[in-house]
Amino acid sequence: MTTLLNVKDLRAYYGQVQALHGLSFSLNEGSLVTLLGANGAGKTTTLRAICNMVRSTGAIEFEGKPLNNRSTESIVRFGIAHVPQGRGTFTTMTVEENLQLGAITRKDSAGIVSDIERMYAHFPVLKQRHTQVAGTLSGGEQQMLAVARALMLRPRLMLLDEPSFGLAPLVVRDLFGILGKINREDKVSILVVEQNAQLALELADQAYVIETGRIVMSGKAKDIANNEEIRKSYLGY
Amino acid sequence: MELFTNQVLAGIATGAIYACMALAVVMIYQAIDHLNFAQGEMAMFSTFISWQLMQWGLSYWAAFLMTLAFSFVAGIAIERILFKPLAKAPVLTNVAGFIALFAIINSSAGLIWDFTIKQYPTPFGSSPFLGSQLISTHQAGMIGVTVLLLLGLYFFFQYTRIGLAMRAAASVPESARLVGINTSWMIALGWGMATAIGSIAGMLIAPVVFLEPNMMGGVLIYGFAAAVLGGLSSPFGAVVGGFLVGVFENLAGTYIPGVGNELKLPIALALIISVLVVKPAGLFGRHIVKRV
Repeated sequence: MTTLLNVKDLRAYYGQVQALHGLSFSLNEGSLVTLLGANGAGKTTTLRAICNMVRSTGAIEFEGKPLNNRSTESIVRFGIAHVPQGRGTFTTMTVEENLQLGAITRKDSAGIVSDIERMYAHFPVLKQRHTQVAGTLSGGEQQMLAVARALMLRPRLMLLDEPSFGLAPLVVRDLFGILGKINREDKVSILVVEQNAQLALELADQAYVIETGRIVMSGKAKDIANNEEIRKSYLGY
Repeated sequence: MELFTNQVLAGIATGAIYACMALAVVMIYQAIDHLNFAQGEMAMFSTFISWQLMQWGLSYWAAFLMTLAFSFVAGIAIERILFKPLAKAPVLTNVAGFIALFAIINSSAGLIWDFTIKQYPTPFGSSPFLGSQLISTHQAGMIGVTVLLLLGLYFFFQYTRIGLAMRAAASVPESARLVGINTSWMIALGWGMATAIGSIAGMLIAPVVFLEPNMMGGVLIYGFAAAVLGGLSSPFGAVVGGFLVGVFENLAGTYIPGVGNELKLPIALALIISVLVVKPAGLFGRHIVKRV
């Protein structure tokens, strides 16, 4: 298996405050990796640092190419789709326009049209609402839209920031089922940040646990889920 | 009745110009959250450029098109040189930047072309339009050009990918970057387009108000009023606001005793303030509700 994303000694700063203290991890092509940790551990910051949305030092390599010091929009063009916290919906635009924006860097208009149809197959509710303004969608529907928008890039890697946040348990199950399917069938590698550790560990191959800006634990998701001590001390369930 | 129709049509004609200025103001406001006080002076300078080109022997429409291109590039240059570095500066710094730009352009125009009033040609002539006494061909031309411009802009923003990208960059910049849109260039592009739209307004109104460095002062105030009336968050509202202000200004001047030409401006502004007391976001503006 080849390494798709390799992060070494990542340190990130908000003004004078250091949020990440030398974080290292990697993600293999085709895998589904989760970053777990409590509030304020640095999960979101890690994702934001990968897309250069926060000042950081250290090495971030994607397929062996360094991402540091590139603008956010040029990092996206490498095939990295980021679904941010709060979903980043273009709330004043229609569902279909949101999907088109996801593919705005692509030139193949026929492929974009067929991909929109593919997204409607993944998420039938989006088809029903395709002319509706996205801000009027429910939280769960907006999260579906955010994932679909990210997939419109035909990404190699998808970064998901707390996709379960604010959603009803049944909706979360649904969404995670779709994420697993996308990972297996469309060969999209996924890095997902979650507070809902139990669910994320069921879905992921590999897991890292972050505490105050450092990786404190890593391993196969199954092993971490089965290790009662880790679960109790770091994951709280 | 004829007087009424006449005044309404004349109002629509000047309203078209206010609509263009309001649209230019709103486009920049959407992109950078600041009101461009220098929008009128930029339009005035563009109009002088077109006048100069005609003095050098170019035909009206050749000068018109070259001025559009010049304005587009100049707008981008102003954004790159002056306002991109100020993007993260406090509001007042930006305000100072706009005032500086206003003064610099105004004095440069005076220096280059002096402050005397100049005649500016109209390609439409000023005979009665279709033999009717209600409206002149130039007024009809003002309305026609504006309507074409507005239709073009509507199709650009609604049906082209670059238009979609510009709307996305203005509404949620961070998400726009995350789908790969270079938001910084979208802002520059917005400046270029706004400046070009302003130059059209300048060139269309110049035969009416005559060409001089202070020609756009009143027009820009009406443009601002139109933008605020329609709602600064709504380009559509800005356009409607422009036409409303133009018509109301004319009707107030004609029918309210003692108003006449001198008091048109304060009356129009008083109306706008009354509307805003009732609807603070403007007629078509969106209230932005922030969670605290």
